[in-house]
Amino acid sequence: MDWYPLFNSLRIAAISCVLVFFTGIFFAYYAAKLPRTVKGILDVILTLPMVLPPTVCGYFLLLIFGVKRPLGMFLLRFGVKLVMTWYGGVLAAAVVAFPLMYRTARGAFESFDRNLAYAGQTLGLSNAWIFWRVRMPACRQGILAGTVLAFARALGEYGATSMLIGYTPGRTATISTTVYQLWRTNDEKGAFFWVMVNLAISTVVLLTVNMLEARQKKAVKA
Amino acid sequence: MSLHVDIRKRLGSFRLDVNLTADNGVTGLLGASGCGKSMTLKCIAGIEKPDEGRIELDGTVLFDSAAHINLPPQKRRVGYLFQNYALFPNMTVRQNILCGLNREKDRAAKETRLREMLRLMQLEGLENHRPAQLSGGQQQRTALARILVSDPRLLLLDEPFSALDGHLRDSLKIELRDLLTRFGHEVLMVTHDRSEAYNMSRMIAVMDRGRLLCVKPTKELFADPGSVQAAILTGCKNTIPARRADARRVEIPDWGVTFETKQEVREGLCAVGIRAHYFSPDARQNRFPVRFVEEMEEPFEFILRFRYAGQKEDSPPIWWRLPKDKRPQSFPAELGVAPANVLLLYE
Repeated sequence: MDWYPLFNSLRIAAISCVLVFFTGIFFAYYAAKLPRTVKGILDVILTLPMVLPPTVCGYFLLLIFGVKRPLGMFLLRFGVKLVMTWYGGVLAAAVVAFPLMYRTARGAFESFDRNLAYAGQTLGLSNAWIFWRVRMPACRQGILAGTVLAFARALGEYGATSMLIGYTPGRTATISTTVYQLWRTNDEKGAFFWVMVNLAISTVVLLTVNMLEARQKKAVKA
Repeated sequence: MSLHVDIRKRLGSFRLDVNLTADNGVTGLLGASGCGKSMTLKCIAGIEKPDEGRIELDGTVLFDSAAHINLPPQKRRVGYLFQNYALFPNMTVRQNILCGLNREKDRAAKETRLREMLRLMQLEGLENHRPAQLSGGQQQRTALARILVSDPRLLLLDEPFSALDGHLRDSLKIELRDLLTRFGHEVLMVTHDRSEAYNMSRMIAVMDRGRLLCVKPTKELFADPGSVQAAILTGCKNTIPARRADARRVEIPDWGVTFETKQEVREGLCAVGIRAHYFSPDARQNRFPVRFVEEMEEPFEFILRFRYAGQKEDSPPIWWRLPKDKRPQSFPAELGVAPANVLLLYE
């Protein structure tokens, strides 16, 4: 039994989830401070990957990072190749999952009571302290929801991943590309197995979220 | 020890233009909602940046557009009590107050000052409660404790009683007034409630649509508001356009009467104000025939409306307010006003 697709999928989803966590929060936080027109344009660009077909995102990624494109050639000089490698999958998954984190975090930040931050400032607390100790805990629920959504989306990414890193058993295969590949080659049993693996992971993720939410509600009530 | 504020700021069509000096003690900032009171506080605290001007506190320049000085709020040492208190919901009372002690690095000293403040603000035993578990009064005391331990040189209070139930308000007013007397620095208190301003402040600054109308000692302001806006904000129910007749008389065309005044009437008079409880059937001066219009019963007083016999049709009825036990058997045929009670209002 080759467990590589599971390992690779979890690895890609976890790393891209961490990337998306920080970049999503960063953009959500700073976009709120920009002038309205700039914010509107930036918002459209940052949200596009969510509404575009993932294959189109993959196409754009190939346009930018393809080995014959300027940026791809430049990166290749440092030995970084994002096409047909597992870490290219991290990029693909991150790009597709990013808007989910960005938009949920932005929603959470927008409903944050600004007076809390102002009060912290007038008390002499640094902006970084206020961000991590006041704003983030207050927005915990939204941030957590965004992170889980991003993780689940990254785990299930297919379109952009198959465009950018294709399917190479033992190298770039993920659960979703494996399911397609096995189905295509009439290995119905194999495909079904990986479908069940995927289903199990997704169920565990959702159960965890529900449990966390229930615990938080209880904590608030107490 | 004093605060000098001279700032201007534009926000869309709204213009803020405030020039205010406050000395030791509580200064009330009285104005209708949306007149720029809170914006003024935010500019002083450094949360909002004025377009131009200067803010100076006890000789330290906090903001000076000409000299490109704009201290961040962290360095201004200005305490700000928010309308909703802005306690950090994820922290206990103890942790909230410790936030105000972030400049103190010595642990023992921190603990001592925390204990001291908990005792002073009667918060002992509530250290491990979260804000959501506290009553409105406890929340206010926690927020004040958090501010006072940070040792501010100026205290800004934004509608400090608006989030409290009516029956709590009076005892908290007395509590806060006593605390502020001991504070020893300037206090600016924003309010739209005239009795709050009267209870708490030594001086009152009246704001209207982004401008500062006047700054006067509290009692003086209520005795002689000086302008229509200030008269309305101090609770004067009847303000009416008027003309100077001579040095001691004003003519009120809408009411069809001419009143004698105690104060000298200067040129530029545009209106007079008569507080609703100043009318009296016993007053012998400024007596004119009146006609009853309608009444409304309050718990402890009557609010009546009447018209003068010679009053213009389109002029609204006049408010009269009197305690229940003072109510005459039948509505009087004439009402008078003591000349000292005719408030002279200028442009």
